[in-house]
Amino acid sequence: MSTGARPFFRGAAIAIFAFLYLPIAVLVMFSFQDSRVLSWPIDEWSLHWYRELLDNREIHRAILNSLIVGFSCVAVTTLGGVPLALALRRLPQWLRAFLERTLLLPLIIPQIITGLALLIILNRAGIKLSLATVILGQGIVWMPIVVTVVHARLLRIGGELEAASADLGANAWQTFFLITWPNIRTSVVGAALLVFTLSFDELPVTFFLIGGDNTLPMHIWSMMRIGITPEINAIATITVGVSIVLILLGMLTLVRDLGRS
Amino acid sequence: MSPGWLARNWIALSCAAAVVLYIAATLLAPYSHIGVYSFWEKEMYAFEPALSLDNYARALTNDLYRKAVMNSGIVALSVTLTTALLGYLLAYYLAFHATRWRTLLFFLLIVPLWTSFLLRAYIWKIILGRNGIINSWMMDLGLLDEPLSFLLYSKGSITLALVYIFLPFVALPVYAALEKIPRSYIEASTDLGAPSASTFRHVILPLSMPALTAGCTIVFCLSFGDFITPALLGGTGDLMIASVIISQFGSAYDWPFGSALAMLVLFVVLALVFVLRRLGRAASGGVE
Repeated sequence: MSTGARPFFRGAAIAIFAFLYLPIAVLVMFSFQDSRVLSWPIDEWSLHWYRELLDNREIHRAILNSLIVGFSCVAVTTLGGVPLALALRRLPQWLRAFLERTLLLPLIIPQIITGLALLIILNRAGIKLSLATVILGQGIVWMPIVVTVVHARLLRIGGELEAASADLGANAWQTFFLITWPNIRTSVVGAALLVFTLSFDELPVTFFLIGGDNTLPMHIWSMMRIGITPEINAIATITVGVSIVLILLGMLTLVRDLGRS
Repeated sequence: MSPGWLARNWIALSCAAAVVLYIAATLLAPYSHIGVYSFWEKEMYAFEPALSLDNYARALTNDLYRKAVMNSGIVALSVTLTTALLGYLLAYYLAFHATRWRTLLFFLLIVPLWTSFLLRAYIWKIILGRNGIINSWMMDLGLLDEPLSFLLYSKGSITLALVYIFLPFVALPVYAALEKIPRSYIEASTDLGAPSASTFRHVILPLSMPALTAGCTIVFCLSFGDFITPALLGGTGDLMIASVIISQFGSAYDWPFGSALAMLVLFVVLALVFVLRRLGRAASGGVE
């Protein structure tokens, strides 16, 4: 690469990262501002809005619901996605490519359409909306993540070890738990972490399928429609912090796994 | 198909059956219901099964809905082009120029991806809003007597927020593709006397094209169908198609008509997926 281009690319990258992070910095700073009205520079710093969060029962309830939905989604997508990935691997190349692309549709089709499609079919089946329908909907949307991540790992490790295990007389379960599982475990954990975070934030599908209970994004959404509330800034700051911790955790698992092998 | 063939392939067959069954139950059944409903009619407060094209006629002839589709199209297209350009630049820098900082920068690119869509749209309400930072700052400095309201509530603010949200969707896959290009290809091109611009055009760009088009596809589709950002940042003047669909399933309570609109969105999205896939493949010379 010519050296003349380097300063240009560096400048562009700095500008783009500033564009990505300045707004987050602003949000974090204003979450520590005491007054309700935004003003710059901040004249009084405080934990006022965090204290407000601690006292807000509705938000606690919403967080609990989101945790329920998140963990259930992880369970549903893992229990469904791993077998689907294992099944995909057994298929001939052309069929596999076609089915995998079809499975990916819920990630490409705008979620509003997936949400209302599920709303229509649940309505016709006479099923009442609740957290269970939210879990069903999100499970369908996030399933492709687990399937593709695990399937990619399966293709990478190849089938030789499993074939050897079968030749040596292991049954299918033994082969899965002793050979396949240790090899795909980190990809399953990585996908599960991603599903959990995405589910914790999901709004469009939840919007259509929610019953009487609110999830955290739905609660924040209703707060936002009213106007700017500094409480939202405090929630946002916590969310960003938790996301960073989760990513570091994910990366750490990956690094540890690489170190072991 | 002889019994022997069946016996030899029963594992593959049952696996195929399982995957197809999953797809039929969770994807085909719900999505096709939108299609079915789009032909139904609304009678007072109930929806009657019918085979009518009225919903489509209404969607395609009414100026309001046509404009909503146009608005969404314009926003999605501007978002896609901007994220493609900025995302590519960033990925290029990360892959070829960032040396010491690469891991950190890569990390910084993933973080926004893992934080809430909703909150990242909302951030711009704080910055651009009537009582937002820019307005209050400029009024403090005495540059303004009254807050500007055009900063927010326009196609521009929706576009800005969506670019902000979707930039990593292009930057990450393109970075992964650029990273995979063997450095020897680039050296070979340079050694043979190609100027860096033509190395880029004939070696780097074609090899990263499938990732770029894949990223662009997702960005276009998700921007086109987004209702959150318009609801937070959009004005009443620029109605988006997703907002119209939401209202048909909410206050307007006309599910069949809403389904017809959803079918139009689905059609646009799937057509685009198809075209961009073709484009990506053609530009890369068949490499996937």
